[in-house]
Amino acid sequence: MAAEPILAAAHVSLRFGGVRALTDVSFHVNPGEVFSIIGPNGAGKTSMVNCISGRYRPTEGRVLFDGRDITHLRPSRRAGLGIGRTFQNLALFGHMTVLDNIMVGRHHLLRHGFATGMLYWLGGAQREELAHRREVEEIIDFLEIQHVRKAVAGTLPYGLRKRVELARAIALKPKLILLDEPMAGMNLEEKEDMARYILDLNEEWGMTVLMIEHDMGVVMDISHRVMVLDFGRKIAEGTPEHVMADEHVRRAYLGQADEAVAEDAAEAAAP
Amino acid sequence: MTPAGDFRTSYRADTTIFPTRNSRIALWLGLALLCAAPLALGRYELGLLVNIGIMGIAALGLNILVGFTGQISIGHAAFFGFGAFASAWLHDAAHIPVALCIPLAGVMTAAVGLVFGAPAARLKGLYLAIATLAAQFILEDFFARAQWFTGGVAGRITEPFEILGWRADREESFFYVVLAWVVIMFVGAANLMRTRDGRALVAVRDHYLSAEIMGINLAYYRTLSFGIASFYAGVAGALYAHYLLFVSVEAFNILLSIQFLGMVIIGGLGSVSGSLMGAAFMVLLPEVVQAGADALAGGAIDRALRLGASISFLREMAIGAVIILFLIFEPDGLARRWRLIKAYWKLYPYSH
Repeated sequence: MAAEPILAAAHVSLRFGGVRALTDVSFHVNPGEVFSIIGPNGAGKTSMVNCISGRYRPTEGRVLFDGRDITHLRPSRRAGLGIGRTFQNLALFGHMTVLDNIMVGRHHLLRHGFATGMLYWLGGAQREELAHRREVEEIIDFLEIQHVRKAVAGTLPYGLRKRVELARAIALKPKLILLDEPMAGMNLEEKEDMARYILDLNEEWGMTVLMIEHDMGVVMDISHRVMVLDFGRKIAEGTPEHVMADEHVRRAYLGQADEAVAEDAAEAAAP
Repeated sequence: MTPAGDFRTSYRADTTIFPTRNSRIALWLGLALLCAAPLALGRYELGLLVNIGIMGIAALGLNILVGFTGQISIGHAAFFGFGAFASAWLHDAAHIPVALCIPLAGVMTAAVGLVFGAPAARLKGLYLAIATLAAQFILEDFFARAQWFTGGVAGRITEPFEILGWRADREESFFYVVLAWVVIMFVGAANLMRTRDGRALVAVRDHYLSAEIMGINLAYYRTLSFGIASFYAGVAGALYAHYLLFVSVEAFNILLSIQFLGMVIIGGLGSVSGSLMGAAFMVLLPEVVQAGADALAGGAIDRALRLGASISFLREMAIGAVIILFLIFEPDGLARRWRLIKAYWKLYPYSH
């Protein structure tokens, strides 16, 4: 905890009219961490991520990234700072090829605009494109989607689309990557693959991961720290073991009297 | 789809506009044939080709806006007209050579397009359509009133294209001017679409929320798209002005705007080459229907149904009917049909 947190939310509240999506949530994410947000449906997890990525603006409170206040920054500027994200419901560019989708992720790293882009061979746009293509191919190799790189994204099956979306977020070269339910709707094998990718991203690519996930087994396995939201309030934060043992969490999240579920989850948490 | 055995060994080879060797050979062959066209074709046919080229450039501009960025504009003809007047005015007022007036008129039109495109940063769909409709009427009104710029209702005489003493005042010579511009503008658009800003435009169309998260400034790209579309319209309009050697207000009404939209839809939304196909279709369709009407005139059917003078109305109706049939049976445009035909020949005799 010695390092400066890469992301900090301070007393974030979000209201839509009378609906309180988030109430006074504070937390921080340390560099190099895998940090998970869990909670029942409608607890405000995605709202929290939207406050970080800029889709929503908190009604109260502040969001700090790398020590800088980004509460009122436009979403498009946040990509340049190093925040990438994937979406819960796929949000690929459906008519573009996989390759182009991932190249869009490079947007803020590319320098050539429309004028030099139209000239292509003159002015170096081609050189830049090819250099970035090389790096994008590394991401494609890493996520094992070589066979679909020329396919139109909208025609791919669900599991592959999830992976392409992850690739697009990685292409941003983010310091912090926000994953909104990366494993939703996947079978066991796909989940294992995805967990491996996330761990590799964290350990080898050096990205800090903030993840929302419902699969408790995965969350407890790969997260360093976990925050639990319920009805827009933070009810617990800490290591997976600590959170699982928390009385509030058991009651709010895992069901009150259902000891069996809690034990299952606790078992999953143990290595 | 690439033929078997055609493997790319570099990223450079994988990002070419024309992917196969045969398509490149066909391209150069086609260009050579076009260069020889004035030797073989009459003035009327060359005039049609010139029209296709000019309309193709304007349609491409509209396609960048409508097909690639997913905006809508029903004021494209007004920008086309602005380019025509701007080029004529630049030559008369500032004595700039016509060869330079054409790109400058494009730039001027782009500036006007950016002004009228500003609402695009905030409006979408039908609301934006109405805003561009307003642009159409405002500009038309401006054309009618700004005597100094357009010559008012009387119109304005323009000078022919001239460069290094070579005058392009006939179809045979002006054809090359248009051909050069078509190549430049279409290559430019194809290049745009394989670089950063072109991808950003398509991203804005496909999913603007995630585009924004990817670092794409929505307002900037929505407005930019209007600027680029207007530039293309302006250049096409300028070529049109120096081809007809006379421009007048009536030509640039909303009907022409809708014709441009028709070209883009028939050619294929979001297809660079489709824009040219759509323009060719719209320019040639009246010719084909006219030929059909001529063949009909005086024949047995004509006499039996006593068509007489209404044959020319039949022509207008046929054009409308063809467009409707196109929308129903070929909504993805000629560009897709062309891809399917190519795929058919590559795979023949197997269908998959």
